[in-house]
Amino acid sequence: MTAYLIKNVAILGGAPTDLLLEDGVVASIGAGVSADGAEVIDATGLIALPGLVDLHTHLREPGREDAETVESGTQAAALGGFTAVHAMANTEPVADTAGVVEQVWRLGREAGYCDVYPVGAVTVGLAGTQLAELGAMADSAARVRVFSDDGKCVSDAVLMRRALEYVKAFDGVIAQHAQEPRLTEGAQMNEGDLSGRLGLAGWPAVAEEAIIARDCLLAAHVGSRLHVCHVSTAGSVEIVRWAKSKGWNVTAEACPHHLLLTDELAASYNPIYKVNPPLRTAADGEALRAGLADGTIDIVATDHAPHPHEDKDCEWAAAAFGMLGLETALSIVQETMVDPGLLDWAGVADRMSYAPARIGRVSDHGRPIEQGAPANVVLYDPSVRRTVEPSESASLSRNTPYAGMELPGRVVATFLRGTATVLDGKLQ
Amino acid sequence: MKRHLLSAADLTRDDAELVLRTAEELRSLADRPIKKLPALRGRTVVNLFFEDSTRTRISFEAAAKRLSADVINFSAKGSSLSKGESLKDTALTLEAMGADAVVVRHGASGAPHRLAHSGWVRSSVVNAGDGTHEHPTQALLDAFTMWRHLGSLDGRRVAIVGDVLHSRVARSNALLLHTLGAEVTLVAPPTLFPVGIDTWGVETSYDLDAVLPKADVVMMLRVQRERMNASFFPTAREYSRRYGLDGKRMRTLQDHTIVMHPGPMVRGMEITADVADSDRSVIVEQVTNGVAVRMAVLYLLLSGAEGVAGADESENDA
Repeated sequence: MTAYLIKNVAILGGAPTDLLLEDGVVASIGAGVSADGAEVIDATGLIALPGLVDLHTHLREPGREDAETVESGTQAAALGGFTAVHAMANTEPVADTAGVVEQVWRLGREAGYCDVYPVGAVTVGLAGTQLAELGAMADSAARVRVFSDDGKCVSDAVLMRRALEYVKAFDGVIAQHAQEPRLTEGAQMNEGDLSGRLGLAGWPAVAEEAIIARDCLLAAHVGSRLHVCHVSTAGSVEIVRWAKSKGWNVTAEACPHHLLLTDELAASYNPIYKVNPPLRTAADGEALRAGLADGTIDIVATDHAPHPHEDKDCEWAAAAFGMLGLETALSIVQETMVDPGLLDWAGVADRMSYAPARIGRVSDHGRPIEQGAPANVVLYDPSVRRTVEPSESASLSRNTPYAGMELPGRVVATFLRGTATVLDGKLQ
Repeated sequence: MKRHLLSAADLTRDDAELVLRTAEELRSLADRPIKKLPALRGRTVVNLFFEDSTRTRISFEAAAKRLSADVINFSAKGSSLSKGESLKDTALTLEAMGADAVVVRHGASGAPHRLAHSGWVRSSVVNAGDGTHEHPTQALLDAFTMWRHLGSLDGRRVAIVGDVLHSRVARSNALLLHTLGAEVTLVAPPTLFPVGIDTWGVETSYDLDAVLPKADVVMMLRVQRERMNASFFPTAREYSRRYGLDGKRMRTLQDHTIVMHPGPMVRGMEITADVADSDRSVIVEQVTNGVAVRMAVLYLLLSGAEGVAGADESENDA
């Protein structure tokens, strides 16, 4: 196994030092570390972060291998600086049994680009009527701890209560896609001034906020852990802040696209901007960034959602919801959080590595870069700017809303347990 | 004019007045024994209708034929569209057939916009109604009808009454009438206004009786009875009582006030038969004017008429 001696690297943006990755762990840290036979990487100007952990990724396999596979999705993840991703359950078949989650877990191990932690469905077939075998998934080789019907909301209050209670037996968490279904029938975009003018059916903020408020109360009532997926509105941030002030065990995520983009983009009727929950207003984006800065929003999660070309090359209403996110997430966090001074690199490590690993109960990832820790490390150059070119993506899909956009930063290298998955910005 | 007519907002005041003046010239054709001009001879106009709308389709068809264009009618029913062919492939097919203009009616808001700006076709695209978004030629024919009865629309008060939320006619009319200087008041129960209506630059009211005596034009919109199933109003009867135009309400109008309806009407729902058939009603005239206005639009888009302000076709030509 190749050892890597990373010279002059700024760990979490701190003073430059040397970092030796050997035998899968961080072997030593400090100026003047030397190691015979190690491959030397001059990391002058680069930042080292703990390998990123995504709590919300759609890998599409099994079922939609035309959009993404575990292999292509984890390649995109590695290029984005991730060493672990949580694969959402809305595959075909749905990941609602031990068999399916073990298949996804095994495919991840075979691909080898990053660790894949399958998310189990909360209800059978995501149908929202009957609990899936959560315990079987938790006990399987995939050791599932995060359960979600993402794409659909567990809208039945009793079912949600039972799910929250049931997963306490194995320290699981319910990750809720908060969307009141009756308030969002046929919904196409954020309900506001623009939806009325464009004649696109509105997705009102209240449909998200009402579910989050209810679920926070339920989680408090039964003493369970709740995680809120893709928080998108200022009101949701307020509700989560309130729940946390009560000491309730609630965590929340924000997606890069909600940090950067706004609903004004829908005026193009180009469904590359169609996503669920929808792009919101500039004020919502500002509230999300403030919430992420003060810790109300615990993590950034990508909601990487690949779709084949034909599902976006059509009229808005016919198009699929979702956009790519893995390869641009860190750059967007730099653009929206670090460069404006809202978050330092230690904060980025927390929001994109430590905290998501903690919520997902993943012990091998999200550890500080210190001697003896698993060598899951990303090297990042924050000083360059790059133009997003969709054809360069490792994803099988091309539905990035950032095509042609100039973003800061570039992932130079990613190490998974000491093995380089990315070097010089290229997959290994 | 721009190369496409997708929204009433695409029209400057000069553009809109040019359409109205051109329509006035072309309307005189309707009174001649031979109703045909050679203006678009050799050009092909495709009517691409993804939604049933016989009245709009035959209006465009008559308009194109009176200008001597070749007309191809392409309707979703019984075509490959019902077999799942995409909008894009349909567009590419039409492009390959050499369409000069595509008149498109689609159930999805923004579909004509996608057709025009996705690089699928080079022809001019005319929006003949898209989802709950817009129907700009309807707004033009409505303005033309008002203009013929009232002269300049500057300062004229137009009440548009009914299901504003789901109405492409209301959106296009609000935009165009604003451009032409009219004062628009939208009237509906609060459930049938979209969020953000306060940013449209129009007045709104929940009280039809307060609005009627001041109006120069009353335009009634179609209201589907089925909306009551989604709780937009309790019953059809209650809707009619509060927002329907009946003989009693009609008597509160000024003498010169005209009553309009884009059709198809639901008699007994938003408008009673005695109003629809009264002397104030210009509903049948709207249909006649529709042909003239659509002739004007096709003529101006396809003949490349110069001298129209706001010509800006480069920015969105993907």
